[in-house]
Amino acid sequence: MATKKTTILNLPEEEFVHPGNRACAGCGLSIVYKTGLKALGRDTILVVPPSCLTVLQGLYPIAATQLPCLNVTFASTAAAATGVLAAMRAQKRPNVQVAAWAGDGGTSDIGLQALSGACERGEDFIFICYDNEAYMNTGVQRSGTTPQHVLTTTTPFTGKHQRKKDVPAIIAAHGIDYVATASAAYPLDFYDKVVKAKSISGPKYIHVHTPCPAGWGFSPRYTVKIGRMAVETGLFDLYEREKGQMRLTGASEKMLGKKRKPVADYFATQNRFKGMDEEKIQALQAEVDEKWAAYEKIAQGVC
Amino acid sequence: MHIIEAGNVAAAMGVKLAGVQVVAAYPITPQTPLTEKLSELVDSRQMDAQYIPVESEHSALSVCIAASSAGSRAFTATSANGLLYMNEQIHWAAGARLPIVMCVVNRGIGAPWTVWNDHQDAMSQRDTGWIQIYCCDHQQIIDTVIQAFAIAETVRAPVMVCYDGYILSHTYMPFDIPEQADVEKFLPAFTPDWALNPQCPANLNTVTLPEPRADVRGNTAPGYMEIRHNLHTDLRRTIDVIADTDAKFKDVFGRGGQPFIESYFCDDADHVVVCLGSLSYQMRDVIDELRKEGVSVGVYGLRLYRPFPDRAVAEALGGKNNVLVFEKALSYGYEGPLFSDIKAALYGTDNPPRIRNFILGLGGREIRTRDLYQAVKTACSENQNKPHDPDFIGLKM
Repeated sequence: MATKKTTILNLPEEEFVHPGNRACAGCGLSIVYKTGLKALGRDTILVVPPSCLTVLQGLYPIAATQLPCLNVTFASTAAAATGVLAAMRAQKRPNVQVAAWAGDGGTSDIGLQALSGACERGEDFIFICYDNEAYMNTGVQRSGTTPQHVLTTTTPFTGKHQRKKDVPAIIAAHGIDYVATASAAYPLDFYDKVVKAKSISGPKYIHVHTPCPAGWGFSPRYTVKIGRMAVETGLFDLYEREKGQMRLTGASEKMLGKKRKPVADYFATQNRFKGMDEEKIQALQAEVDEKWAAYEKIAQGVC
Repeated sequence: MHIIEAGNVAAAMGVKLAGVQVVAAYPITPQTPLTEKLSELVDSRQMDAQYIPVESEHSALSVCIAASSAGSRAFTATSANGLLYMNEQIHWAAGARLPIVMCVVNRGIGAPWTVWNDHQDAMSQRDTGWIQIYCCDHQQIIDTVIQAFAIAETVRAPVMVCYDGYILSHTYMPFDIPEQADVEKFLPAFTPDWALNPQCPANLNTVTLPEPRADVRGNTAPGYMEIRHNLHTDLRRTIDVIADTDAKFKDVFGRGGQPFIESYFCDDADHVVVCLGSLSYQMRDVIDELRKEGVSVGVYGLRLYRPFPDRAVAEALGGKNNVLVFEKALSYGYEGPLFSDIKAALYGTDNPPRIRNFILGLGGREIRTRDLYQAVKTACSENQNKPHDPDFIGLKM
């Protein structure tokens, strides 16, 4: 199961994202996009719906990406990836990798139907959802993956009442061979997961947590720190689900059997959690504790 | 080879002959037998294409948009609410200048639910930047599907091939299936100027500013308005391309000659009826009857609706006494959309004819030939301008 991990020393030097692009300072997506395209490599066609990535990639006629990219409508990402794949089969070009990059709204909300259809059909593509936990491109509106109690411009006073939608679990329920989570705070772990996804045929889904200074209310200098805290508190977990077998990876795997940081520490770092009281924090701490107790049992072979 | 088959099968045979590489479709009545036939042709390897059974019409056109952007010939088909569910992608396909062909098997739209024929579905997509061609019989369906790819790929704009649900889609008629070798001579393989390709990366359909903007080499690239203006001027130019394509088709297959408007006893007629689709052929029976009675009347079947062949229409209708526009669609709160367009084409011409609008057949309301006969006969005998409000035929209030 264990594969050789990539380090900063053997990460490919070739860049596919130009410097000086339009991403905000401290953008978590910038980190994963730069790293993810290195993993995908030159023989790739990208499919991108409206999202922060549309902005990052620049305004016509200047583009920040050195790979061919089809910009598509919000709901159509996975169907468009299907169309590119169909053309590649028709033209007998099986080596071209097709990778869709969508935000959390474009994945969990408006894009879910097309994604479900593509997973059910077994399309041979990689779908990467970068999750900054709200509609950031339009100015921080709640999405299906916005965590509970978070303040957004459409949950302005009492926060989001509903829980975060577990998109990787929904996708895993399609019975596809590879579902993984990753974080902008651990780019090499993400890199290795994209590389592994390339070696698997059929649909592959990678859900990557991308802290957003502007939307979450923290200084751009803390992007990596906050991404790590989400993992270290056990709120966002790094895992792979290969052929239905789930295992924690990287920093999350190392936390098994150890004491986690309290979730309150993570909430204290960001303005978006300002509406939370002690009762809400303790309830979420209890949920995380319960989730991790289940992980411990799985790790010990107790199901 | 002549066969007797349904209109949907004629369309499928046209798609096969055209060498379509990617088909994506979602079932909807009355289009369904067309996509069933295509899946049968692909699954039995009689047709070398990718058939994608998508989960919605929105995705059907999304697949075609992406496949066409990647350089493959792509086809889809739908009806009614399926067409409306595609709406965003319909605009996108035209804006992205993709030569996709789609059969629209015309059906009324809900609410309330109807599965029967009228033209409201295609009419609601009039201003999307697609070319719209209407068929009157099965031969026109198969021929138009083949021609549609030639037109689309010449001007880089998508084409809707419209034909009446049930009346044409499900009825059986004899038609000729062109020879594959002749089709290949008429329609060579799709070789786009550009396509998604890792060897030559480009970022397609990026955010475009209101004003033109220089690229990294200092060359000015168009703004949104220039790009959209080009779509318009290229569609105007398409009127000539359609005439050329029709002439070329006639050279190879011996059929055609009236690409914009089909005339039936119109040249010497004092009065003319104008309509779209199969209705114009039904109207021929009425013309035969009235001609026997000495009424100088003919019928024009309009084949091309967008781009609107305004000069051909004005020329055809100039000098007529009464022009009677019969249509199966409404711009609610005003009049029939075809009527508005024909009036606009006649504006500024010398001695424009009297013109009247008849709405009929909505949601499959039966169109009885004797009702058509009565309406045309009465209208031809009138010499007074009537108010522009449309008359409804077959209404049972």
